[in-house]
Amino acid sequence: MNHLFRLSAGLLRSGTSGLYRRGPVPEGHVSLVVARLFSSEPENSELGQLIKKDKVVVFIKGTPAQPMCGFSNAVVQILRMHGVDDYASYNVLEDQDLRQGVKNFSNWPTIPQVYFNGEFVGGCDILLQMHQNGDLVEELKKLGIHSALLDANKDEQKK
Amino acid sequence: MLPLFRLARGPLTSLRLLPLRACSHTPMDRPVESSIRAKLSRTLAPTHLEVRNESHLHAVPAGSESHFRVLVVSPSFEGLPLVQCHRLVNEALREELAGSVHALSIQAKTPQQWSSDPSLAKSPPCMGGSKHDPGMRLRSDRE
Repeated sequence: MNHLFRLSAGLLRSGTSGLYRRGPVPEGHVSLVVARLFSSEPENSELGQLIKKDKVVVFIKGTPAQPMCGFSNAVVQILRMHGVDDYASYNVLEDQDLRQGVKNFSNWPTIPQVYFNGEFVGGCDILLQMHQNGDLVEELKKLGIHSALLDANKDEQKK
Repeated sequence: MLPLFRLARGPLTSLRLLPLRACSHTPMDRPVESSIRAKLSRTLAPTHLEVRNESHLHAVPAGSESHFRVLVVSPSFEGLPLVQCHRLVNEALREELAGSVHALSIQAKTPQQWSSDPSLAKSPPCMGGSKHDPGMRLRSDRE
């Protein structure tokens, strides 16, 4: 917890927001978050802003390049299958405050957690079911994301 | 050793002898699993319920009750979005999820959905996360 206090003090001096980005990586981008997670207005809290910064936001164990949990890996793989490679990914194993904070914020007890356009979608089970029943293609379309599986289906039909 | 039998009544109300399934565990050995069954039964009145302890598939000590998969078939889910169905299950198991249950896989179906697809999903392979998980270590330190 001490490192959070030191960093928070630094933020107060500099006046910057609490979000650090390590820069884009080929698949998703990983951010280290020092967050003011508890706010009397959850929508305006750091987490409330975080989930709206990107169209697709996931909270997982590990990173897209190296997931540390089978359920988190399933989320990463599903997004990969649909060709979604530009999304925000936050590693809850790096920050226990973030890990508990996102559970409180979402009122959802487990990780991974998926957000589309600032709206909570669900965990691994829900994303998998959406993938299997075709709903995920439709939801990505609403985000302006063209699923790669649509192209794969077209190629199959041409053969 | 003679096999053990129990008495059962069939459709014709005649007594039948059925072998007892060998059971090395009692509900007292699996308090969390028992609690999960009881709470889901009480709150969601399922027509079909399966509760599987999948802890042995993960990097946790033998005998753990930390990772579960549940299949709940209930008319309570009629007309609800999937996330809301899962929230009902989460709410029923709030205490367990705040306690020793570290992961919960949920399949929530209406009776109609279950009859058209009566299959239990499989969990993805463990990637050993619990070994590197400070949250799991903290929990085991507390226990």
